[in-house]
Amino acid sequence: MNTLAQTKHEWFHNVRGDIIAGVVVALALIPEAIAFSIIAGVDPMVGLYASFSIALVISIVGGRPGMISGATGAMALLMITLVAEHGLEYLLAATILTGILQLIFGILKLSSFMKFIPRSVMIGFVNALAILIFTSQLQHFVDETWIMYALVALTLAIIYLLPRLTNAVPSTLVAIIIVTAIALIMNTGVRTVGDMGALPDTLPVFLIPSIPLTFETLAIIFPYALALTVVGLLESLLTASIVDDMTDTESDKNKESRGQGIANITTGFFGGMAGCAMIGQSVINVKSGGSGRLSSFSAAVTLMFLILVLGNLVVQIPMAALAGVMIMVSIGTFDWQSLMNIHRIPKTDATVMVVTVSTVVYTHDLAIGVLAGVVLSAIFFAWKVSKVEVDKSFADNGTKAVYAVEGQLFFASVTDFLEKIDYSDKINEAVIDVTHSHLWDDSAIGALDKIETKFEQQNIKVSYKGLNRESSKLKEEIGGLSKASGH
Amino acid sequence: MFKKILLSVDGSDHSLRAAEKAIELASLSGAGSIDLLHVVAGNTSKSDVLHHGDSDSASRKRMEKLAPIEGLIENAGLSVNTEVLHGQNGIAEAVVQHANDNEYDILILGSRGLSTVQTMVLGSVSHKVMKHVKAPVLMVK
Repeated sequence: MNTLAQTKHEWFHNVRGDIIAGVVVALALIPEAIAFSIIAGVDPMVGLYASFSIALVISIVGGRPGMISGATGAMALLMITLVAEHGLEYLLAATILTGILQLIFGILKLSSFMKFIPRSVMIGFVNALAILIFTSQLQHFVDETWIMYALVALTLAIIYLLPRLTNAVPSTLVAIIIVTAIALIMNTGVRTVGDMGALPDTLPVFLIPSIPLTFETLAIIFPYALALTVVGLLESLLTASIVDDMTDTESDKNKESRGQGIANITTGFFGGMAGCAMIGQSVINVKSGGSGRLSSFSAAVTLMFLILVLGNLVVQIPMAALAGVMIMVSIGTFDWQSLMNIHRIPKTDATVMVVTVSTVVYTHDLAIGVLAGVVLSAIFFAWKVSKVEVDKSFADNGTKAVYAVEGQLFFASVTDFLEKIDYSDKINEAVIDVTHSHLWDDSAIGALDKIETKFEQQNIKVSYKGLNRESSKLKEEIGGLSKASGH
Repeated sequence: MFKKILLSVDGSDHSLRAAEKAIELASLSGAGSIDLLHVVAGNTSKSDVLHHGDSDSASRKRMEKLAPIEGLIENAGLSVNTEVLHGQNGIAEAVVQHANDNEYDILILGSRGLSTVQTMVLGSVSHKVMKHVKAPVLMVK
């Protein structure tokens, strides 16, 4: 298929399904975009503009047709401190910088580096995200009456029970309409979206964030942009794989990374907050029959249309209804299977998962949690492969000692290895048999040099057996150096 | 009579029991093969990708899960055609469409038996399937 035909296919192979699914997604996006804005501490319009702009741009430049991107909880959670300390303009600048970093990541084709993030860290990531989305809703219950609790319970009941009767309309939307109507009719006086900030009544316009273009500004936004870059790509590429699986098709992960970058750059200039792919919305899209680029486009256009037309009604939505929707989002995000399996998976994997979750919940930063999980996994891995077995036997009437080494020789295993060599034997020759071993680094060569030196001091000859090609190459290159330098 | 047999499984223990019944039926009616169907739900895609890395590894894991059932059928001297579908609108809908489109003589289902609460939220797959599949349905508990 040539490029033009493929582009046409990606846009128009499923026109009816894509348009309808897009409308369903737009209806489900509105409450989330507003709620995520509130989590980040900005006006609802920032999240709505973001969801519009990101979904629109991604429909054109994304790498995974049928995937929905917008303002997300994972990203919103990373912005809280930046917004609180420096304000919206710095957030927009950080959004643009995030886009630039993601674009570079995509151009350099670094998506394959995602393989260095172990699955237990990814599971920890989504579980921590679910917990943070849930806890971010607790503030809305402070100083509230029983009415708040009743409305949240009603919202959840409608969301979970309505699909038993019909799947024609998204149950979250029905829940919001019913709960809003009840709150208005009964004049309950509960807090509404309108109390949290202004809603847009115009299309977003191009603006350069009004911030001083200094090194100091960069120093403020860079750490945030870096965390947003990592988390955004992590969630987007995970979502892309899920959509790959649901639709049984493949996608271009590097193109998706570039697309996320372009979408965030555009969004920052149009007054929106950084976003990424959304697992929940993408699943809703595919389930509603969406699979092409048109679905994301349709979602973006419908979203903006609804906001401009129904803005006056949207401000009447009680926070209780949004809190209900967010609790549903957090329940849906959490990987419950990981809880049921936790006693069956290896203890180290379970530990990595729990440490990732705890780090995020403690620091409120998903990026730090992922880093902690990756580092801990690396340590566990090194610890597991650092076990070396050394089997000593004697030959030639006890004048020759043969040390058969089994395992990986590298910085973490050499200490163990060296302890197993006995220099007090009365022998003429020592053979180190590394047929079932591999020399990985400077430390491994250093250890062999050390053995040679010690044996040679007692006039014992040292020889090697079974050095594989890479190992002997490494030994030739750096062997003797460390011996000469007196290690 | 029952020459064209569709066996729909979710990979649980009930699937093996359903497979045994499918084999018995095939030998009674002299059918030479059984079509095996496994439908992956949208939410299953999410947790499978999360636990197995990507779509390819998830697919491989699913085939591994179906291997004992395939083995059971092959050991009975029957051939087996396995199909894994992605039920975007729900498991029941995908099973119904596949069974009706290919005009099977009978559909055999393993029933997992959810708790009352689970059934209330998720709905019963077997119930929906039985209601909408044209062919006779044999449900194995």
